[in-house]
Amino acid sequence: MKPAAKIYTALILLFLFAPIAILLVFSFNEAKSLSVFSGFSFYWYEELLRDSETLKSVKNTLLLALSAAAISTVMGTAAAVGMEKLRSKFLRAAMDTVTNIPMINPDIITGISLMLMFVFVGRLFGLATSLSFWTMLIAHVTFCLPYVILQVLPKLRQMDHSLPEAAMDLGCTPMGAFLKVTIPEIMPGIVTGLIMAFTLSLDDFVISYFTAGNGFQTLPIRIYNMTKKTVTPKMYALATIIFFVILALLLITNLSDKDGDIADKV
Amino acid sequence: MKKLLPLLLAAALLCALLLTGCGSSSETLTLNVYNWGEYISDGSEGTFDTVREFESWYEETYGQKIHVNYDTFASNEDMYNKLSKGAVSYDVIIPSDYMIARMIEEDMLLPLDFDNIPNYQYIDRNFRGLYYDPEDSYSVPYAYGIVGVIYNANVVDEADAGGWDLMWNEKYAGNIVQFNNPRDAFGTAQYKLGLDVNDEDPAKWDQALAELKTQAPLIKSWVMDEIYNMMESGEAAVGAYYAGDYFTMLDNQADTVDLRFYYPERTNYYIDAMCIPSCCQSKELAEIFINYMLSAEPAIANAEYTYYASPNSLVYTDEGYLEDLGEETIEILYPGIDDFSAQYNQLAYRNLSSDALAYMTTLWEELKIS
Repeated sequence: MKPAAKIYTALILLFLFAPIAILLVFSFNEAKSLSVFSGFSFYWYEELLRDSETLKSVKNTLLLALSAAAISTVMGTAAAVGMEKLRSKFLRAAMDTVTNIPMINPDIITGISLMLMFVFVGRLFGLATSLSFWTMLIAHVTFCLPYVILQVLPKLRQMDHSLPEAAMDLGCTPMGAFLKVTIPEIMPGIVTGLIMAFTLSLDDFVISYFTAGNGFQTLPIRIYNMTKKTVTPKMYALATIIFFVILALLLITNLSDKDGDIADKV
Repeated sequence: MKKLLPLLLAAALLCALLLTGCGSSSETLTLNVYNWGEYISDGSEGTFDTVREFESWYEETYGQKIHVNYDTFASNEDMYNKLSKGAVSYDVIIPSDYMIARMIEEDMLLPLDFDNIPNYQYIDRNFRGLYYDPEDSYSVPYAYGIVGVIYNANVVDEADAGGWDLMWNEKYAGNIVQFNNPRDAFGTAQYKLGLDVNDEDPAKWDQALAELKTQAPLIKSWVMDEIYNMMESGEAAVGAYYAGDYFTMLDNQADTVDLRFYYPERTNYYIDAMCIPSCCQSKELAEIFINYMLSAEPAIANAEYTYYASPNSLVYTDEGYLEDLGEETIEILYPGIDDFSAQYNQLAYRNLSSDALAYMTTLWEELKIS
């Protein structure tokens, strides 16, 4: 039974990671093909650096993901704190439901309804074009928000509520108690929420596609639009770079976490 | 708690500052161009960077800075949806023929002022007065193509090649790929059967469906751009696609693969043309851009980059271009059809009524389920 389970896991991992491995290998291919490896070269990496439109879309993607993550983390934390303090059961249930809508809703419905709403509002204000970076940002904050709230809320519920009260007893202002006691207590939730919001925003295609305005295309949209012809190996090179950057980030965070644990124990 | 609000505002302000930093100053003109992805020479692999070259050419000629916002779309329908909702605004768009017809009908395009587009004279006579723009007042052809059958000569017997029959040949069961979109897939059957692809009679569509059902067991998979890798690697041996794309595959084929190409007698023609949508902000600028796209250097660079045939006589008479592509390529790309416009008007896809589209979708689902 045990070896069988091992083989099964190995197979699952293989099927999950084989495409990524192929992509990594073929990003170093000399030729354009994804099936024939004709020789090792950095050609596609050089090409990538010369492709100003793609680099611009990478910049756009990062800018959007960072702002969406920052805004949704601040708003989400504030919302979670507020929701935790709600006394009325009905209000609580209502807030929970509203929070869940963007998560349960299929992306395409969120995307199209947001687009229609932006267009409607744009017409009200008589704008020539209703979609822009800002509409995209609003859309991204909308779908990132619930994930932040759901990360922070449990931390708030787990927290010992006498701690901020004790801080205030000892002369701390409510704001001081919040910043010095509550925030550090729920910090892991906030950080997880921030990372989740960032990844979700970075990764999103469907909602971005419907809410993107003039002159602001993100990387997923650019790659999708390449399918009239074929996706060039430049994109494999870019995906390889993104893969290793994220891998490095994960390794660093995990390693520093371990250091923290050891320090705590000592 | 009251201090949280300023904190939030400060965060938002910071973002705003960061963002406005990269906005353009008021003295720079802006031109918004909306084109298919990978459909313009973009400077990659040492090619001509059309957009940047236009910007510097404009500055040299008119003494004013210009910034081109170049965006891409993946299908005519995506482009139409965004424009028709008034969600975005572009100055130049490059849709396909049937979409141009629909947009003219819905007043979404502006008539062009050809005084600003003198290079229009280089457009071949065959590309004038076509069905989608009979008066030639809304569009300037950019590229065209014809669908043909691509096959791997190491697998397929030369004797079997010719006509649409190859895609229905049982000898190559499991080696054939078919379009993964209803219009093109039904098109192959309709051309094969000699039906009119624009006839909306349901009985005719049922006939095409029956033909596709006999093909279904032979099919390896339904593909769009996946066809590149499948044909290049030899995973599939028979498939229909555009002539220009065949050359992209030919460039990348594996050693064990020997790709060939031919046109069936009746097949699909398409034309993509530059137009100015009614939401255009600066029409004259858009016309200058269109005119620039028709001038020799960018037109040749774009034709070489996309591998699609160009309706521009500056391109197909240019010796460097003819030499770069080679005789065989030119013969396939420009099959020298004398009655091109007649063929085109008869065989090209036109906009179907919504009823016909709905019926086609139902049949398509039936085909995919069976």
